[in-house]
Amino acid sequence: MKVLLGTGGREDGFDALGRTLERTREAGDDLTVAVLETSSDEDVESVAADVREQVTASGIDAEVRVLEGHPGSQLVEFAETEGFEQIVLGGGQRSPLGKIDLGEVAEFVLLNADVSVTLVR
Amino acid sequence: MTDRTYPDDSVGSFPSPPATVTDGSGREIRVRESGQDDLEALVEMYENFDPSDRAQGIPPVDSDAIREWLDAIVTPDAVTVVAEHDGRPVGHAILVPDSNSGYELAIFILGEYQGAGIGTELLEHLLGQGQAAGVERVWLTVERWNEPAIALYKKIGFETSSSESFELEMSIRI
Repeated sequence: MKVLLGTGGREDGFDALGRTLERTREAGDDLTVAVLETSSDEDVESVAADVREQVTASGIDAEVRVLEGHPGSQLVEFAETEGFEQIVLGGGQRSPLGKIDLGEVAEFVLLNADVSVTLVR
Repeated sequence: MTDRTYPDDSVGSFPSPPATVTDGSGREIRVRESGQDDLEALVEMYENFDPSDRAQGIPPVDSDAIREWLDAIVTPDAVTVVAEHDGRPVGHAILVPDSNSGYELAIFILGEYQGAGIGTELLEHLLGQGQAAGVERVWLTVERWNEPAIALYKKIGFETSSSESFELEMSIRI
């Protein structure tokens, strides 16, 4: 299956990357990782460098792409034009009390994507 | 993460626990300060919690996960009060510090004790306990459709601070 993982610099995105790389190996999926310009403090290129390092270390042959601009809409548009069958995102950050905060990218993608969306917990 | 906004003015003072009140169904409810000593009683309360009253993934459902969650939030830095009926917890409210000197609030009440005014008592005494501990800024998130909860928070003095997410964020200065 053609899978597109979207991630910014947040911890839940890196968790999702690790789990998706494992899943890619088991399922033989065709994985692309899109690094998004989110509101996180980290620069998108340095996030992309960390992502490439993790992908290389896993031995999985996955393309890593930086998508500039509004993160949710860029990810959805990329998924549609490139014919992806599934979008994967981090499952949200936890508040001090342990409540899950999905974030604006996940909210936008869930409401606007026309392919299935998986949130990794 | 964006900075949270809080009302400019603080609301008045809140009562400090302990207190004994009669709820809307004539039950005698004791509201008191709580802490790590109450952990097992609280685990039992949360095991009986209606799953449909969960919010944003809390409380967890599994007993071990409940214990792990309570261990993480019921710390010496947290402010927490419990409502008891016949010596057993039926409601629990807590303020947990965030990384910006604010406190996140949550309150849970067992189904058969909801709608009897216990939430108001619990919240007022939680904020009273918070004032005594030097807490000034408190925030919470609540599902948009949870109108009874939103009405309760407004009555206490909370104002909407952000409505851009799935959940409504409200805050108060005490």
